[in-house]
Amino acid sequence: MKRAPLILLPLLLVTLLLGGCGTTGPTTGEEGATGAAGGAAGAGSGAETSAASAGGAWTGSPLDDPNSPLYEKVVYFDFDRSEIRPEFLPMLRAHADYLINTPSARLVIEGHCDERGSREYNIALGERRANAVRRFLEAEGVSPLQLETISYGEERPAVPGHNEEAWAKNRRAELVYQ
Amino acid sequence: MKRLLQFFLVFLVLGVQGARAGLVIEITEGVEGALPIAVVPFRWKGDPASPPPQKVGRIVAADLHRSGYFRTLPESEMLAFPATTAEVDFRDWRALKQENLVIGEVEPNGPGGYKVNFKLFDVYQGEQLMGYSFATTARDLRSVAHHIADLIYETLTGTPGAFATRIAYVVSEGTIEQPRISLRVADSDGYNSQVILSSSEPIMSPAWSPDGRKLAYVSFENGRPSIWIQEVFTGRREKITSFKGINGAPAFSPDGRFLAMALSKDGDPDIYVMDLARRKLRRLVRHWAIDTEPAWSPDGRYIVFTSDRGGSPQIYRVPVTGGAAERITYDNGYNARASYSPDGKLLTFITRVGQQFRIAVMDLARGSTTVLTDGSLDESPSFAPNGSMIIYATRYRGKGVLAAVSTDGRVKQRLALQSGDVRDPVWSPYYK
Repeated sequence: MKRAPLILLPLLLVTLLLGGCGTTGPTTGEEGATGAAGGAAGAGSGAETSAASAGGAWTGSPLDDPNSPLYEKVVYFDFDRSEIRPEFLPMLRAHADYLINTPSARLVIEGHCDERGSREYNIALGERRANAVRRFLEAEGVSPLQLETISYGEERPAVPGHNEEAWAKNRRAELVYQ
Repeated sequence: MKRLLQFFLVFLVLGVQGARAGLVIEITEGVEGALPIAVVPFRWKGDPASPPPQKVGRIVAADLHRSGYFRTLPESEMLAFPATTAEVDFRDWRALKQENLVIGEVEPNGPGGYKVNFKLFDVYQGEQLMGYSFATTARDLRSVAHHIADLIYETLTGTPGAFATRIAYVVSEGTIEQPRISLRVADSDGYNSQVILSSSEPIMSPAWSPDGRKLAYVSFENGRPSIWIQEVFTGRREKITSFKGINGAPAFSPDGRFLAMALSKDGDPDIYVMDLARRKLRRLVRHWAIDTEPAWSPDGRYIVFTSDRGGSPQIYRVPVTGGAAERITYDNGYNARASYSPDGKLLTFITRVGQQFRIAVMDLARGSTTVLTDGSLDESPSFAPNGSMIIYATRYRGKGVLAAVSTDGRVKQRLALQSGDVRDPVWSPYYK
């Protein structure tokens, strides 16, 4: 579940303050061309805005910069496991640094599971995955006050489908900035 | 007769709205040597131009057939259509090798009212086994039919029927980005499906109160999971818990005074028991592992639950008064979501067979486990209140559907919803 409208809200405010012209659709501002399309992907409804300078350097939130490790916000897990695989550690360290350097940032870590097994056990497993990410970020120095967790178990799959490919994409923790 | 009266009261309050024919039942496997029975279409004695809204005899026949223990005679093969004892010629039915015969009549009974009578015969003895008459309304004709099926089932099998009971389940419609989730209640044959709660956020784990009048469930409607208790017939509801973390897996005690649940407010998910009158919580199971899915033994003395303290999810049992948890399941690497049969002798749960998740039943005295189903994603097993069948969620043609299997594994049926993904079924108790 992408929560683009919520994620982009601070960005929209910045645009309003700096430019003095609110853009509620990607087509209304000239800067739309270089655009934050990646950040707004999947928004579908609500506010969308773009924030790039004419020169092409990224001036929006690094969370929405496709070239930033912060752009990655999903950690994937093995079946019935909650250990963070090594390939996700650099990305999580980048988020830890961002959170430490941005004390106003608030992060909700959503834990999710694939559809196999029992629903309530999966709620518990999803919480364990979210907590694994939370503990890692805290160990990196992030204030616990910036972090929140919620488990959706198997109730909110990222992709439909009932095979290993789909399940692998659904066993995840999502970092959702508020 | 007192139970009957209460039964009708319940249905008066509930009424009948919502989608008809929400579920279509297909028998996927039957019983060898099912009992042959002929249910003659009930005769309408009123104005032929305005027949009653329900074909009572057909509903009775469908119930009996669906149980798998009866083989009903198709109407097209009947030689006669008697509706009174005087019209019955037992030779017709012996020629058709029927062991039992049901006849009945429906007649007008004041404005909007009906009177239904039926009789059950033993064809070979040539004698009546049972006969009743009911006064009812258009709205409750289906309920009367289910009750007649229950009476016949009990007379011929010795076990009370469970046709006049209900099921609760969760349906997900819409898209993966914008789901529409609803909690529904339907008759045990899938008719009279009614939405009792809908939300864009997850709804999970419905659980009946022992009187069949309330449902506890988990709803994420406020962005976080909370446990609610809702009166099924009035829609009135109350939030019971919304602690930090998991608020999950509610289960009423057999006397209805306590609600067991899984909470993670103190760290890891543990089993808690709430005194509903005083709203007092007691932590029953405390362990660093996952502890969830509590279910009460029918005598109220034990709670079984799922824990992965041994490295994989398995079923454990703990006395309600507290104490050490005892591991119940050892087979396979994954056993979860256990619940007791009404007589307390069996446990049903999800088990993993290879890479498939299936429904199993364990004989607690013998410790032997039987896998009853052959799906790959079977879950949420729940016993019928007479212990004869287990309803569960499975996948069929890419959709979540409900299915039921007899406790001995011999009869299987699929309840195919017309739209949406169906899951989390739970069979109601008998109404009290």
